[in-house]
Amino acid sequence: MRARTKRLWGVGVVAALLIGAVALASVALRQHADLFYTPGLIAEKGHPDAGKRVRVGGWVQTGSLEYGEAADMAFLIEDNSGETVAVSYTGIAPDLFREGEGVVATGRFDEAGNFTAESILAKHDENYEPRELKKAGQASS
Amino acid sequence: MIEAGHFAAILALVFSAVQAFTGLRGNRGQSGLFAQLAFAAMVFAFFTLLWAFARSDFSVQLVAANSHTLKPFVYKLAGTWGNHEGSMALWCVVGLGFGAAGAWLLKSDRPVFEARALGVQGILSLSSLLYLLLASSPFTRLDPAPLQGQGLNPLLQDPALAIHPPMLYLGYVGYSFVFALAAAGLIEKRVDRQWAKTARPWALAAFVPLSLGIALGSYWAYYELGWGGWWFWDPVENASLMPWLIGAALMHSIIVTEKRGSFAAWTSLLAVLAFCFSLLGAFLVRSGVLTSVHAFAVDPLRGSFLLGGLLVLGGSALLLFALRAPKLKGGPDWLATSREGALMGNNLILTVATATVLLGTLFPLIAEAAGQTISVGEPYFNLTFTPIMALALLALPVVQAWAWGKADLSSLWKWAGGFAGLVALFWLAGIGPFDIPLMAGIGLALGVWLILGAGQEMWRRAKSLGRLPKMPLRVWGMTLAHAGLGLFVIGAVLQTSGRTQTTLALEAGESANIAGWTVTLEDVRSIEGPNWYADRAHLIATKPGTKAELNPQKRYYPAARMPTTETAIHKTGTADLYVALGDGRRAAGGPTRWTFEVFVNPLIDFIYVGVILIGLGGALAMFDRRGSGKVS
Repeated sequence: MRARTKRLWGVGVVAALLIGAVALASVALRQHADLFYTPGLIAEKGHPDAGKRVRVGGWVQTGSLEYGEAADMAFLIEDNSGETVAVSYTGIAPDLFREGEGVVATGRFDEAGNFTAESILAKHDENYEPRELKKAGQASS
Repeated sequence: MIEAGHFAAILALVFSAVQAFTGLRGNRGQSGLFAQLAFAAMVFAFFTLLWAFARSDFSVQLVAANSHTLKPFVYKLAGTWGNHEGSMALWCVVGLGFGAAGAWLLKSDRPVFEARALGVQGILSLSSLLYLLLASSPFTRLDPAPLQGQGLNPLLQDPALAIHPPMLYLGYVGYSFVFALAAAGLIEKRVDRQWAKTARPWALAAFVPLSLGIALGSYWAYYELGWGGWWFWDPVENASLMPWLIGAALMHSIIVTEKRGSFAAWTSLLAVLAFCFSLLGAFLVRSGVLTSVHAFAVDPLRGSFLLGGLLVLGGSALLLFALRAPKLKGGPDWLATSREGALMGNNLILTVATATVLLGTLFPLIAEAAGQTISVGEPYFNLTFTPIMALALLALPVVQAWAWGKADLSSLWKWAGGFAGLVALFWLAGIGPFDIPLMAGIGLALGVWLILGAGQEMWRRAKSLGRLPKMPLRVWGMTLAHAGLGLFVIGAVLQTSGRTQTTLALEAGESANIAGWTVTLEDVRSIEGPNWYADRAHLIATKPGTKAELNPQKRYYPAARMPTTETAIHKTGTADLYVALGDGRRAAGGPTRWTFEVFVNPLIDFIYVGVILIGLGGALAMFDRRGSGKVS
């Protein structure tokens, strides 16, 4: 192969790889970037599509936490808009999950507007709190 | 005492400045001397911190905020770097340590080049010390001193996490010296075979601890967080993965520069980028610009300091690269189908994979600038990073046999047949208890393919059993690392496709069936430790022929006012039976039911053993005697 052919080959392979990667990444981002909602935002803009993975953040409303017969639980997420979102979750909640504390739940809404969480993120230590919540503003004190 | 430490750190800063000045002027002897003096001063400064923690001296603010008299002694010491300020002090110790080691070990017959490298390292040390002293000083006193400290985050009171930061920093900061070598090589316009021979052991010296540090962190997250997983594609995890990937690319491209003199510009670019990604990682972790499951207390101001450092240091290095790279000499011609081509392919894939991780990690920031709050999780990375890396793994056993310059392609069809056979084998047969779908079959085949490929390559080089022990260490290193990669892939694929997760609520005496196991809750008791108390569940798991006792705990640390999960893991040899205890729930008038998260994780140890083998392989290659001295 002459030098020019070689270079063309190289450029071709690199271009194919890059185009492939960009295509994959844009498809993946379109499908799998999870939008963040607060109860107030949902009241304002309506529920996100049923079955789409989203995250809902706010504070666990004091007095709303209920445990089921098995390992299931239900609670309300509130923010300073006064709106709430009902969340159900099966599993062990994080160590620092408590009423009145910040929480970010990842999961899906169903057609009826109920939110089932797949995972729950709470604080990792006493000084840290999920970043979205700082922006969402302090609701419960 | 702590004031003496503070003074020593300032002294280290002055010595580093002298090291930078004399080094950049080309004085190898003086620069080396000051590098060693600076290191000695910094070690003393760090020692005063250790001493304060060991003695629980709460008049030091850092100790008061992060320690407690009731804490076990080991964790008092480990508490020194279990916080931002102390970990930055450790960063400085390691960085200055690499400078001192360089002053001691560099013997390339190019004194001016070595002096410049030490000079650049001096600038990096100076920057990290400035950051330590101005933005995160650990040497602050409290007056009056409190009687008791606030305790270390209990999640960090763990053996794996006590040595995780030092390991990780040896890697991150190790790349600072590789960066310095690249900058010096570019200044001298001599990034050539001799340069690569000098720099290669240093690139490995950073890669090995970084690999082990990441593995330790992952193992900690696995058993301490109680989520049953080993990698969450969290920003903090990605922050350590990116320099590792670039480091892996560098490790391969530097071989080409060493053996053939080719890829000189590319290798020096990777050497610069590896450290830039380390700094980016520090920025992402410390600034809190991204939501992370691993984020601890963060400080945006410190974040902007780090970002500034990244932009200034990275920017000047890239500028230097842009000016000098066109003047570097290349090696002899090569075809795309040659060992050079193969390693270029490896590098392309690793850098593109790094770019997808970078995009996924930073995308939330980009979206935020556009007014949307989003997060990018595992599905994105499974769809981008995984297939791209699979390409490299597929090609590896085939192309590693290619010769320099021009490869013999006559046996290519045999390889293709071999791989297709492996896939068919796994998919059609399914192995043992694991019912595997096609994608997992391909994944497992890839893992076995890599291990067989590593063995085949060793055999191709040795040609007979008798010559195996005489093979150079770096060949052994390569074989181990590639086989380790195969083990890792098998473990990771089985984790993704073969893991079961069940949530249980049991009262004492009750049983449940999970993936062939019968799990019975015997009782739950209260126990007490040195600085915690806990509920401890006693479970008995049985399976025909096996019986296991599991004692997961839910601990509460009063000093830190927080609970933690202590998981119980039973290893069967082929899988982990993993149990985390949740909370006790008492229905009105009824008995207490305890919640459990139970996982069966097949062959998860393959993941960790695989990464350890990769690290071990790197270490063997580093100690290869042909790696030092002059190019023959």
